[in-house]
Amino acid sequence: MGYTLGGIYLSYDFSIIYEKFPIFIPAAIETLKISAAAILVGVIFGLIIAFGRLSKIKIIYYISTLYVTIIRGTPIILQLFIVYFGLANIVRLDPFPSAVIAFGAHNAAYIAEIFRGSILSIDKGQMEAARSIGMSNFLAMRRIVLPQAFKRAVPNLGNQFIIAIKDSSLASTIAVGELLLKAQQLGSSNFRFMEYLVLAGIYYLIITGVLSIFVNKLEKRLAVSER
Amino acid sequence: MIRVSSINKSFGKNQVLHDIDLTVYEGEVVVIVGPSGSGKSTLLRCVNFLETSESGEIYFEEELVVQKENAINKMRQNVGMVFQHFYLFPHMTVLENIIEGPTQVKKIKKQEAVAFAEELLKKVGLLDKKDFYPAMLSGGQQQRVAIARSLAMRPKLIMFDEPTSALDPELVGDVLNVMKNLAKEGMTMLVVTHEMGFAKEVADRVIFMDEGKIVEEGNPKSFFINPENPRVKDFLGCII
Repeated sequence: MGYTLGGIYLSYDFSIIYEKFPIFIPAAIETLKISAAAILVGVIFGLIIAFGRLSKIKIIYYISTLYVTIIRGTPIILQLFIVYFGLANIVRLDPFPSAVIAFGAHNAAYIAEIFRGSILSIDKGQMEAARSIGMSNFLAMRRIVLPQAFKRAVPNLGNQFIIAIKDSSLASTIAVGELLLKAQQLGSSNFRFMEYLVLAGIYYLIITGVLSIFVNKLEKRLAVSER
Repeated sequence: MIRVSSINKSFGKNQVLHDIDLTVYEGEVVVIVGPSGSGKSTLLRCVNFLETSESGEIYFEEELVVQKENAINKMRQNVGMVFQHFYLFPHMTVLENIIEGPTQVKKIKKQEAVAFAEELLKKVGLLDKKDFYPAMLSGGQQQRVAIARSLAMRPKLIMFDEPTSALDPELVGDVLNVMKNLAKEGMTMLVVTHEMGFAKEVADRVIFMDEGKIVEEGNPKSFFINPENPRVKDFLGCII
């Protein structure tokens, strides 16, 4: 009786990547849907939480800081499981909505810090100049500070989107039909794990690559008004 | 028109303004001079509540200005401010910078605001730059746009906080000329500056501040030629 290191059953057949490429398209769309929805939720709530973190009202500041600390201090997969499994006693959520809620809440914490940073980076003088022509705090924020802050946040937001694309793969753990789950299912049914995983990997590269190019173009366009 | 009464202001332990009383009458050009740290800029910023004083009152047109958002915003529509570092809105063109106040705060129709803005740009000599972004302009040009932006709100008083201190010497003249013309047209102005030439030529009254107090006050002739206070004599001796 000895030990085996494992056996090589078959050699790799990477032509599968070419043949089966189109099969993954619905899964890729699912990946994009999760990420886009999660980023959208993240941006909306992230902005709210950013203002909370900037607030002078103590209770608002403490609640938003607590939120950010907890989300950034725990694994995203834990947060996903809390939403999908943990909340099941109160409300039974389907996998896709669970993923969007959990990832959205997760992104919101990071995006809040991105917004907070970009708002703080705007020279105080901008706010003062706006107030000096009679603008209210709200108007000055909306017309003068936030537009500039958003521009500055674009590179970091683009980064968050790319991270969200990769994080969406965690939804495979709760049976959402995205790229990684598809790769695992086909890989195990055909004993061709490497090929299908590489195929999924190629899809991820294409998506993040296109996104990066798009963010770059956006950055250049927004820089028109700067020197 | 603006009366400041018993203003005291501290930053932490550092008291920057001691019991300041100051009145600016309609049509006057009042220039405040003095060494750095004397509280000149802080005084200006207290007048339009960019800083809040610990004690004292601000009166605009004989009415007390309460430290509430509404009252302050209303007053700021009538009391313009031009900053040392211009602070033009970089994401808007020159024209958009100037119509921002009238259209957003006073709710004036865009056409009307644009017409007035172009008039103002002509006045400061920059009509041809109306579609440029601030980053494309020189410092002197940006400051002139900032003055036009203030004028667009049709203020009763404009305060200038060292408007030329951040400019190359060659560009200072253009900005001072705009300010001189404004004074000639009867605008009430409160100016903090190191430009003594401007003070001599244009001021109705010159005020010298040192260590948070008003040390001497008078018309330019008596101030520059025959100051009473030895501290003022020292200060002028260093520059003139």
